[in-house]
Amino acid sequence: MLQMSAIKRVLILLTVIIGVVFAAPNIFYKNVESYNDSFEASLPSNSNGKTVQNSFWWPRFLPSGLVNLGLDLRGGAHLLAEVNVEEVYDDRMDALWPDARAALRAERDKVGTIRRVVTSLGQLRIKISNKDALELAENIILGLSQPVSSMNLPGSRDLTVSSDNDELIVEFSEPEKLAMNDRTMKQSLEIIRRRVDEVGTREPTIQRQGERRILIQVPGIGSADELKSLIGTTARLTFQEVVRRASSSNEAPGSGNVLYPSYDKSDGREFYVLKKVAVVAGEDLIDAQPGFDQNGSPSVNFRFNPTGAKKFGIFTSNNVGSPFAIVLDSEVISAPVIRDAIMGGSGQISGNFSMEESTELSVLLRAGALPAGMTFLEERTIGPELGQDSIDAGKIACIVGFLLILVFMFLSYGLFGIFANIALIINVVLIFALLSIVGATLTLPGIAGIVLTIGMAVDANVLVFERIREELKTSKGPARAIELGYEKALSAILDANITTFITAVILFLIGSGPIRGFSITLGLGILTSVFSAIYVTRLIIIMWFERARPKKIEV
Amino acid sequence: MRLKLVRSETNFNFFKKWKLWITISLVLIFFSGVSLVVMGLNYGIDFRGGTTIRTESSLDVDVSRYRKVLEPLGLGDISISEVFDPTFRDDQNVTQVRIEAQDGDQSITVQAVLSVREALSLIDPNIKFPLVESVGPKVSGELVTVAIWAIFAAIGAVLFYIWLRFEWQFALGAVAALVHDIFLTMGIFSTIQIKFDLAIIAALLTIVGYSLNDTVVVFDRVRENLRKYKKKPLDEVLNLSINETLSRTLMTSVTTLLALTSLYVLGGDVIRGFVFAMIWGVLVGTYSSVFIAGTILLYLGVKRDWSKRLANSGNQFGDIEA
Repeated sequence: MLQMSAIKRVLILLTVIIGVVFAAPNIFYKNVESYNDSFEASLPSNSNGKTVQNSFWWPRFLPSGLVNLGLDLRGGAHLLAEVNVEEVYDDRMDALWPDARAALRAERDKVGTIRRVVTSLGQLRIKISNKDALELAENIILGLSQPVSSMNLPGSRDLTVSSDNDELIVEFSEPEKLAMNDRTMKQSLEIIRRRVDEVGTREPTIQRQGERRILIQVPGIGSADELKSLIGTTARLTFQEVVRRASSSNEAPGSGNVLYPSYDKSDGREFYVLKKVAVVAGEDLIDAQPGFDQNGSPSVNFRFNPTGAKKFGIFTSNNVGSPFAIVLDSEVISAPVIRDAIMGGSGQISGNFSMEESTELSVLLRAGALPAGMTFLEERTIGPELGQDSIDAGKIACIVGFLLILVFMFLSYGLFGIFANIALIINVVLIFALLSIVGATLTLPGIAGIVLTIGMAVDANVLVFERIREELKTSKGPARAIELGYEKALSAILDANITTFITAVILFLIGSGPIRGFSITLGLGILTSVFSAIYVTRLIIIMWFERARPKKIEV
Repeated sequence: MRLKLVRSETNFNFFKKWKLWITISLVLIFFSGVSLVVMGLNYGIDFRGGTTIRTESSLDVDVSRYRKVLEPLGLGDISISEVFDPTFRDDQNVTQVRIEAQDGDQSITVQAVLSVREALSLIDPNIKFPLVESVGPKVSGELVTVAIWAIFAAIGAVLFYIWLRFEWQFALGAVAALVHDIFLTMGIFSTIQIKFDLAIIAALLTIVGYSLNDTVVVFDRVRENLRKYKKKPLDEVLNLSINETLSRTLMTSVTTLLALTSLYVLGGDVIRGFVFAMIWGVLVGTYSSVFIAGTILLYLGVKRDWSKRLANSGNQFGDIEA
């Protein structure tokens, strides 16, 4: 007969109640959100001094998890950047060259004269005059190599050396490249995170994607351009010795030197020839703050760590009277003349900055330089108004669609239609509860997913009801017909939902962004709709049946 | 009184005119193919690379003036179209500006976007830019690969599942119906030149799920009836099964369509293409699970003796107490 054990009933009811509790915060979205913000700000770990006005009280014992709104609903910026990891190879080859030169010079009588051939393919090419000593030279360079600090391939060295005619070609070995790429990516992620955190927006997403890509999503930021200028700048600050002023960008800087233009682009660019090796670099900075110089124009005040302060002190005391250049990303911000030795380790950069520029520069300097440049492959900016419009439109569409289905189900199945409708409402509540619990992100296609789920959720009930109708035709008693209806419809319900679930899983695995949001709501919707159709409606029908004890039912 | 979409006892002969149904489908597939070859798909920037900028203003929009100020910027091919939507307010004038992909892997440069903004702000100071999207050619190429892969993976996975739960003939029938649905959907996207972007791939995969849902329910009943009526000819069993499930097939289609239609009308223009794909998919999917999947099954023939399978794979969920 039509029965269900007490423990099962309790479990079903409990699930529904838990669902309601977890879904509830979403009804008071704005209020709970500001409550969460103020709670977070009041935590002792959060000492940035921000206080958030909180006018809404939300009971602490209740869950306060919310469905995250995706960028397309909240507005914000999305960037996909590729890190040019190869740039790091060149830097390291430059650093290797002095050591290689010294090692080869020690054997000058056998190797002959040595010269570096300029390339930029992450290689170090060295020409030696005595071809017969190539093998010796190869071994000398190999002697400089170090074991790779990687877990995967223990025992491999970081350099490989080959020869081409009279040139030695030094390259990084594959394991070293992999290890280096990994380090570069980790550093880049960390620095981008620090820069975005400095701006202090809510819940930015900063993720590594694949080998060398980084996905950055920042809700609430005005435009992708703003975000791009914040994270796209390498912000490598160096202090370099000035060799001379140059007249144009075509002038040959000479070996060991570089030619950089001035940062100020407005009136006739100036050019400087600088020593390539920096005196002090941004790594030695410990603080940078926006400020004003003695003329009252915006500047950046900085402080070195002890190592940097020492290096800078020695350099300035040896070069009183000559200029040095402050260089940011291959552009000379200013080239002041050293008047006195600067021993304290702090200083001031003044260029032709605006207030915004000096603020942004100090943020960038504090966060540190990116190890390599980035190429932006994809960017999207969604204005907050468009997001709000989408939410409003989606809400209305959901409500209307929902009502239409409720009416249609009632007209088709009468009392049983009402049972199905109750289950349908519970179903939607459960979807929101699950979305809140797993912290999923609701996107515009995600709303479509919910609407689709609402449409399809009744399917399981329809299958059961149609089956009950059929069983009633063969004039069994109502209880038996209901039981058989559920029993026989079960395999179709499961098969149908599992196949749809498979496609949701594939969408989740392959898709990204909005599509992933869609697959999450679709997948969760399938789970909740099967639960509500098989258990919730059944429980309601059983409870009704026990009370009413009808001799005859019409479905 | 109950609302009934079909009479409680139907006895349509779905296979009497099977040649006609197959012909209709083949003709539609043929035209879809022609359209795909001749007109192609109107790829969005997700697949083609480039930039779209949505503008919004309270002033009336004159597309030709927009074009006149944007063309001198030297950004290559620019297309501008005004967007109309019933959900817009009266003073909400929206256009979509599309700029072709620039050279290199990059998405559009900051300067290019700024120059467009400045140029348009000059002729309309109230203009706002609620949506700027830019995809570099490198990523768009990869997205195409991923999208194709996703569709094949979905079809493959489902083929495998149905083969496991039923027989290979069922799997082939279901997949034929699926391919039919996807092809016709792409055909209509090509014919009316609706923008085909990443969201549409999600819609296509949902159609895969929905169409299967329908087909599997019919097949489930076929399997049940094959056990029940061991001597009945296959076409009669199929006909009976489709008739028995017809009421459910239509009910579910109608409820889903009710939800989708309200989203289509009220959900705004941003997801309209996406919802259109799904509506079309539900229509085609319902048709194909009745006419295509069954006909293929009839053509392939099915093993009739299911008695031995009762104990194992055919009924593996039978012991779940619900």
